[in-house]
Amino acid sequence: MEVIQESEYWRWPETVWIDESKNWKEAEVISCGIDLGSVSSQAVIMLDGELYAYSNLRTGSSSSASSEKALGSILEKIGDMKREDIHYIVGTGYGRVSIPFAHKTITEIACHGRGANYIYGSTVRTVLDMGGQDLKAIKIDHRGKVVNFLMNDKCAAGTGRGIEVVADLLSIPITEVGSMSLEVYPDNEPDPVSTTCIVFGKSEILGLIRKGWPKDRILAAFFRSVATRVVELLERVGVESDFAITGGISKNPGVTKRVQDMLGMKALETEYDPQLAGAIGAALFAKALYEKQTGKR
Amino acid sequence: MIVAGIDVGSKFTKVVLVNENREIIGTSNIRTGIDHQKTVEEALNEAFKSAGISKDDVDKFVATGFGKISVPFADSELTQVVAAGKGAYFVWPTVRTVIEVGAEESRAVRVDESGNIKDFALADKCAAGTGSFVDAMVRYLEVPLDEFGRMALEAKEEVPMNAQCVIFAESEVVSLLHSNVPKPEISRAIHGAIADRVASIARRIAIEDDILVIGGLANDIGFIDALKRELGAEVYVPDKFAPELVPALGAALSGL
Repeated sequence: MEVIQESEYWRWPETVWIDESKNWKEAEVISCGIDLGSVSSQAVIMLDGELYAYSNLRTGSSSSASSEKALGSILEKIGDMKREDIHYIVGTGYGRVSIPFAHKTITEIACHGRGANYIYGSTVRTVLDMGGQDLKAIKIDHRGKVVNFLMNDKCAAGTGRGIEVVADLLSIPITEVGSMSLEVYPDNEPDPVSTTCIVFGKSEILGLIRKGWPKDRILAAFFRSVATRVVELLERVGVESDFAITGGISKNPGVTKRVQDMLGMKALETEYDPQLAGAIGAALFAKALYEKQTGKR
Repeated sequence: MIVAGIDVGSKFTKVVLVNENREIIGTSNIRTGIDHQKTVEEALNEAFKSAGISKDDVDKFVATGFGKISVPFADSELTQVVAAGKGAYFVWPTVRTVIEVGAEESRAVRVDESGNIKDFALADKCAAGTGSFVDAMVRYLEVPLDEFGRMALEAKEEVPMNAQCVIFAESEVVSLLHSNVPKPEISRAIHGAIADRVASIARRIAIEDDILVIGGLANDIGFIDALKRELGAEVYVPDKFAPELVPALGAALSGL
């Protein structure tokens, strides 16, 4: 999979990708899913249920403009596809009600379940979705249908936003904080940062800086507390194998490594970008809805 | 006899000196530094100066606050709950519910007509119901702290605040600013969010009148106004004594 970096405005690289080997004009059903998150937005176009193109961008201050941009950047890259060529668009995520051109909106819980089933296969039963401003533990069946879920969207602890704050505080790129924290793992892992709250955590981390702690050690203490919180949520919903991680933080080994080790469980791996799970799920729902609408199923 | 009450808070360290007639003879309030012991030393010296006494004149030292272990020479220690209750009862004898909102902690304490502690509730896990919320927001609104509270009273309409978490509220405030919501409305929304959290702590104990608010945030009239609305009750702030010094006063009185 060739990934083309469009720009690096923010701390993590934004991406727009298309599968050049596919010809969209041959497709029977062109479906689109847009996952408008609080921090990042993804748009996905699928041809007959196969991934064709996607974008992964930072959400701006306007939700509708961000959704326009997410889809617009893909269409621009494809060149000859217009929005009207897409048969059905489903919006999901935190800002889903602000996608003016979506035919329907579906909750991100349902979309992440469905998307994880596509990305990781039908054996996935527990999905941990770690997003910009929330944290979800989702149980799904073999078709990706949601059986149960728990979520935290009230508190920044254990979310991408919380990690951004700490990355800023330590002046380390968000893409590096995770791997840096593993430099002391597991043998010299310090005790976790004692407070859950990111605001209080900031004061505690400033204290550690003053004490002369190296940054890798501080990050290890921080990610240890993030992982503890994530595992607590997972244990409340009950972890059943296979286990998979989606969302932006799935790219942070500082969290994923610790979570897997604490659970004593290996997360499934994929060639897809796990941040796309919500948008892929939405695009799959879009395909099904289109087929239902046109009587094809 | 002179007793020094020392309240080592997460942001400020306060000292109150009382004599055997329960008169306040000196006070101080300085920012808590990295070195707590040094801060305590400085705060004490300032209080001595204001009272015109020296360390040798003090018969007893009583420490309270989150950093109370940083006063190794203290004759006794007092929990923050008791310090708040004792101090509040002294400055406001008809108080039955004390709400203390500090920089990093909030608590509600119920006292009876003799000033005994009957019940209490604490919150120190989350910044949302504490002065840290205001600290974080003032930076985004770029207004001085005292103006921030006052401007909430000028708000013409109610703008909802969805975030409970301070970190999420930061993003929300930025987007409110982007959509040109006036600062007084944003200030009111923020104060409403803090009051909502503080009220939920207070409701964990049976709230009885009079309700007295102490701690640094009691000086923020935007917060007091929001708390009145939130609790649907009259809320008082000490009128003759700085509300942030009340726990240090409670500590001093306990030593008599």
